[in-house]
Amino acid sequence: MKILVCISNVPDTTTKVKFKENNTLFDDSGVQWIINPWDELALTRALELKEDAGNSIDEVSVIHVGGAQTDATLRKALAIGADKAIRIDACAADAYYVAGQIAAYLKENPFDIVFSGIESSDYNGSSVGAMIAEFMDYPGISSVTNVDLSNSEVVLYRAIPGGKQKIKVEIPFVAVVQKGITNEPRIPAMRGIMMARKKPLEVKPAVEMDVLTKSVKFELPEAKGACKMIDAENVEQLVDLLKNEAKVL
Amino acid sequence: MSVIAFAKNWNGKFKNSTYELVSYTKKIADQLNTKLIVVSIGEVNNEDLKSLGKYGAERLISVNDPQMNILTSRVYSQVISEIAEKEGANIIVLSDNNSGKAIAPRISVKMKAGMVAAVQELPVSLDPFIVKKRVFSGKAFAHVQIDSPVKVLTIAKNCFGVLENQVDCLIEEFEPEVSKDLYKIQVLEEEEQKNKVILSDADIVVSAGRGMRSPDNWGVVEELAEVLGAGTACSRPVSDEGWRGHEEHVGQTGKVIAPNLYFAAGISGAIQHVAGISRSKCIVAINIDPEAPIFGVADYGIIGDVMEVLPKLTEAIRNSKS
Ligand SMILES: Cc1cc2nc3c(=O)[nH]c(=O)nc-3n(C[C@H](O)[C@H](O)[C@H](O)COP(=O)(O)OP(=O)(O)OC[C@H]3O[C@@H](n4cnc5c(N)ncnc54)[C@H](O)[C@@H]3O)c2cc1C
Ligand SMILES: Nc1ncnc2c1ncn2[C@@H]1O[C@H](COP(=O)(O)O)[C@@H](O)[C@H]1O
Repeated sequence: MKILVCISNVPDTTTKVKFKENNTLFDDSGVQWIINPWDELALTRALELKEDAGNSIDEVSVIHVGGAQTDATLRKALAIGADKAIRIDACAADAYYVAGQIAAYLKENPFDIVFSGIESSDYNGSSVGAMIAEFMDYPGISSVTNVDLSNSEVVLYRAIPGGKQKIKVEIPFVAVVQKGITNEPRIPAMRGIMMARKKPLEVKPAVEMDVLTKSVKFELPEAKGACKMIDAENVEQLVDLLKNEAKVL
Repeated sequence: MSVIAFAKNWNGKFKNSTYELVSYTKKIADQLNTKLIVVSIGEVNNEDLKSLGKYGAERLISVNDPQMNILTSRVYSQVISEIAEKEGANIIVLSDNNSGKAIAPRISVKMKAGMVAAVQELPVSLDPFIVKKRVFSGKAFAHVQIDSPVKVLTIAKNCFGVLENQVDCLIEEFEPEVSKDLYKIQVLEEEEQKNKVILSDADIVVSAGRGMRSPDNWGVVEELAEVLGAGTACSRPVSDEGWRGHEEHVGQTGKVIAPNLYFAAGISGAIQHVAGISRSKCIVAINIDPEAPIFGVADYGIIGDVMEVLPKLTEAIRNSKS
């Protein structure tokens, strides 16, 4: 079996967000780029599944839609352990466009399992994974917290409000993964970094695809008012403020 | 022209977030001078369906099929798209929760309709159609323009509130033809947490972090949650350590929540944590360190030891109730 992990390239989670050109563009000067945290977890889980020989997975590849400046992120995915990286050479204009590009690749190069993250930490679209499933006419399972291939059938766990479901699914499918899928993301080791240099990073041209949405303006949240401090010996005052000032009790 | 809201049920019942969704969508329908159609899938009794009339659901299309009680995103998206097609809908609105996240993108592809997730308020403009959503995990907002004729939105919890607007709710049954081939997933088991407030639904959340020092100290957190009827949550290291379950982890890589009141006890307030809670209406921080960044985002703060402050607070709330 083959697993494809979709990788989104996002600003480091501690980035101070700024905009330019009259708040119409994200200002990426000085920004550190990382693999989207959920995609890193998805990749880690895919590699764990591959290392368990019983699962007979012979390939874990990563795919990304983006320009050449994102190759460092893909090299990192290779260093963590992916066998191959594919970059569709295009600007990731919107979720529909990105999912369409990945689906076009999948139609030519079939995989059994596709992993995507629940959302990109930059534009928080939470849509690419399920859109790929629809373009491919595959089952798509969202909020996946675990994948188990150890038996003859594929078993997934998905979070539902206040609980979880154990689900049987047939390949091929798309799993949109979230927290819980594995504990810690893997960090590239020296050996992995050396090996990554020799691994294939294929660059493919984009196909014709529509873009349906665009960000026309950005704004920063309003600054928060000062925090009102209450003496630890006087918690009754807090209760009173929550009731009568904030009106939330 | 019409506007569709997808009213998801949980075991045959609607939640407050569904009422908010119907209220929101009714408002858009009014702004556009068009009709609201609410779609319900799976078994729901007529009385519960009619309850949506209180929020402006004049027409309700119910697909009352027990086979569809369990969320299968392929089936749900097909049914909603089919109705949208038939009714000439140009805006389809869902709640931004597990099911909305699974269904909305599929509708978007089926109908070639631009989609925006977790919209924060009513559209900024109707023509061109622009909505506001949070981006960069809460560090900013984007105004997103949808250029396709049909538009799909999911709305964030507590973005609009519940607005009463009593109308007579006309229920129509609809039986779509759905190919068996679409049911490729099968639920083997379901586990539900019993007698606990569901975090994503909770109006009040008591959350604690590494400042609790040990999982054995969580009794004081649970007691406070109990008097408040609150849900419990935690920071990421706490769930990574296995002190609490993953379902309690809030933040950028955990759940994003928007309760009315959020207590952060022994939580430093790292930017990734704040990403998950910044939409709370009111934040109370309890921390021993006056310099902790959580005080920068909190509305009220107490400097002190969680093990002393939390029991006192529980006591004070109990007293204020009696
Ligand atoms: C990619 C990425 C994603 C992340 N995602 C998340 C996420 O989704 N959610 C999340 O929470 N974190 C996330 N983190 C981790 C985050 O950066 C912080 O490390 C984490 O939030 C800290 O948790 P904490 O506040 O419980 O612990 P700490 O930072 O250790 O803070 C403990 C606090 O408790 C206080 N304290 C200690 N003793 C007491 C006492 N007796 N009484 C009162 N106060 C006391 C201390 O003063 C301190 O402020 C992420 C990190 C990365 C890199
Ligand atoms: N440009 C991209 N290239 C490849 N995969 C992507 C891209 N953008 C998003 N994804 C995948 O889709 C998931 C959800 O992203 P989004 O829908 O943008 O929030 C991410 O976690 C990735 O797995």
